[in-house]
Amino acid sequence: MLPPAALLLADTRLPAGGHAHSQGLEAAAAAGEVHDLPSLRAYTLGRLWTTGLTTAAMAAATLRACSAEGGADWAGLDAEAGARIASPVLRDVSRRLGRQLLRAATAAWPDPVLDGLAAALPGGAHHPVALGAAGAAAGLDDHAVAVCAGYLSVTEATGAAVRLLGLDPYGVARLVAGLLDEVEAAADEAAAPRALADLPCPSSPRLDAGAQDHATWEVRLFAS
Amino acid sequence: MIATAPAPPRAGTSRLRAEVRIVAEADGRGGTRFAVLRGAAPVSLRPTPDGLHLVASAAGPLGGDVVAIDVRVGADAALTVRTAAASLALPGRDGAPSAVTVTAEVGPGGSLRWLPEPLVAVAGCRHTASATVRLADGATLVWRDEVMLGRHGEPPGDVVTRLAVDVAGRPLTRHELRAGPSAPGWDGPGALGPCRAAGSLLVAGPGHRAGEPAVLSPTAATLPLDGPATLTTATAPDAPTLRRLLDTAHRPPR
Amino acid sequence: MHRDAEHPTPLGRNPGPVRVGIGGPVGSGKTALVAALCRTLGAEIPLGVVTNDIYTTEDADFLHRQAILPPARIRAVATGCCPHTAIRDDIAANLDAVEELVRAEPSIQLVLVESGGDNLTATFSRALADLQIFVIDVAGGDKVPRKGGPGVTSSDLLVINKTDLAPLVGADLGVMDRDARARRGDRPTLFTSLRDDPGATAVADWLRARLPAVAVGS
Ligand SMILES: Nc1nc2c(ncn2[C@@H]2O[C@H](COP(=O)(O)OP(=O)(O)OP(=O)(O)O)[C@@H](O)[C@H]2O)c(=O)[nH]1
Ligand SMILES: [Mg+2]
Repeated sequence: MLPPAALLLADTRLPAGGHAHSQGLEAAAAAGEVHDLPSLRAYTLGRLWTTGLTTAAMAAATLRACSAEGGADWAGLDAEAGARIASPVLRDVSRRLGRQLLRAATAAWPDPVLDGLAAALPGGAHHPVALGAAGAAAGLDDHAVAVCAGYLSVTEATGAAVRLLGLDPYGVARLVAGLLDEVEAAADEAAAPRALADLPCPSSPRLDAGAQDHATWEVRLFAS
Repeated sequence: MIATAPAPPRAGTSRLRAEVRIVAEADGRGGTRFAVLRGAAPVSLRPTPDGLHLVASAAGPLGGDVVAIDVRVGADAALTVRTAAASLALPGRDGAPSAVTVTAEVGPGGSLRWLPEPLVAVAGCRHTASATVRLADGATLVWRDEVMLGRHGEPPGDVVTRLAVDVAGRPLTRHELRAGPSAPGWDGPGALGPCRAAGSLLVAGPGHRAGEPAVLSPTAATLPLDGPATLTTATAPDAPTLRRLLDTAHRPPR
Repeated sequence: MHRDAEHPTPLGRNPGPVRVGIGGPVGSGKTALVAALCRTLGAEIPLGVVTNDIYTTEDADFLHRQAILPPARIRAVATGCCPHTAIRDDIAANLDAVEELVRAEPSIQLVLVESGGDNLTATFSRALADLQIFVIDVAGGDKVPRKGGPGVTSSDLLVINKTDLAPLVGADLGVMDRDARARRGDRPTLFTSLRDDPGATAVADWLRARLPAVAVGS
């Protein structure tokens, strides 16, 4: 059972800065690769099983590390998260969103874990690390935080598609509903305990290239 | 990963467990010598002026094969590893997965250049190629991975390539490429799209100057990592285009 | 939408420099006002600017070109299709930008946050802006104050800009003044022409008078 706190952590209205990011969708839409519901579904599914899964696995591992004796090795977790993001633009986005999520989580669930993270990484943590720590502060378990990560990976992209492409919001709701089993399956894989270096870390070369290119556009709606 | 064409056919059920070991050391005269060079069927090792060639004595890897390659490059030694031809990951008769696992360590001042020909993920295969590389401070690495997703006109089997590199105990990069029927969305616009060739080239080391990121094509980019390293990652319609993109970023000296 | 007539401006609530939100419809003169305030107040008080552009970094670029402030004092935030979300519902990126400004230039005491041009319903979160200035112009017609909306009714200062255009567009400033009073009660309204007064003297005076109170807190 997913605890209710997960609903807030996975709510795109939690003021954690996600609304300004399209999860690469703006670039994919401009390239003509996403233009309707089927192409949006394909995009979202590929994203979920690449960077979504990678994020979810790091978040779940971070959450487990929070209950380790002596506390989490924040710098070590952050370095592992950064090593999974090849694009410098996306590393920067990840840090930014990590910092912003930490601010929102600290307001919602004040907790020594979050204070410890903020103190250890004053420049901000990568987003998956912040997400794992927020999950710990919210009282979630590793699987629940992985579900949140996967769900956000889907809904931030579909939310951007509604705004950007004017897609039928009911069709998008159906699309998201149809992807929930995939979210769960990705969370199952993400939350399986492993050594940090052995966590699943699929990446998407297209999303990396797309993000680098997008950052150079003169006219764009989304920050990434 | 390791096959020359033409390779002799193999009986469908014979599974191979191979442990290959390569130890290269500085010879004290500015060169490198092999302290250990142990091949194991189906992989034989052939030193050439162009580098050490991994030569397959049979087609494969075939479902069920498990090949472990252990590489040590000592301080100030230099090793280039190549294959003579593309390798074909083939399905086994009983659907068993195949795996090639490389574990490499490079000492201070040492250099490893891993430049094999592409891996072809043949329809029905279930293959994982996984590499873990530990670099000492001051070690150099050039690592190329290329995957063809199916033979011409054929859908690929399941394939995962994975690279994890640490420098002086710190993670430098961790990435995986997943394709095939078990990887949802792999051929969609969020992952590899319609491209049938995918790969990456990592260049890391003290002499390496990580330049500015560059977008080489809509699906290829050269990306400076956190650390003295650059990862070029690309998808392309075919193998020559992929190689060209990777070479644009870094033309390995012959 | 939150509208709180009972609640006069909460002063100095937020930590760090005083943040002044400048909102209003597209093209009403927000950037021109920011530039004017930089010119007039920049020498007296160390300040920085955050712009929220919808599609581009046009506003930040304009300020760069005008060389009114050094580039390190200007940050641009992307708003992901929703200019009002970035200043009201999810202010994370804007707070981040303010923090970055202060980290780069710790002496900063005043930050002007320009929202993306939006409609009359846009308003700043009190957690982002200590003071809000809403800028409309006469070119939109003299009906605008009458239409109300939280920017018109509850901003700390309503600026009705481009008075130089009033004769050209047939806008009656008397009507605008009357309607603004009706909507805003005691809250002040200023008429400006940034064309004729590129220093926005009246607005700068208003802001200057508020600053000690804001900085001291309440
Ligand atoms: N005639 C006249 N033009 C003005 C005045 N103030 C600004 N403008 C002009 O109005 C146009 C828009 O001004 P901006 O300051 O860019 O308006 P803005 O509200 O920042 O616009 P957005 O950020 O795009 O919403 C520019 O061409 C200004 O030169 C004024 O008092 N009189
Ligand atoms: Mg403007």
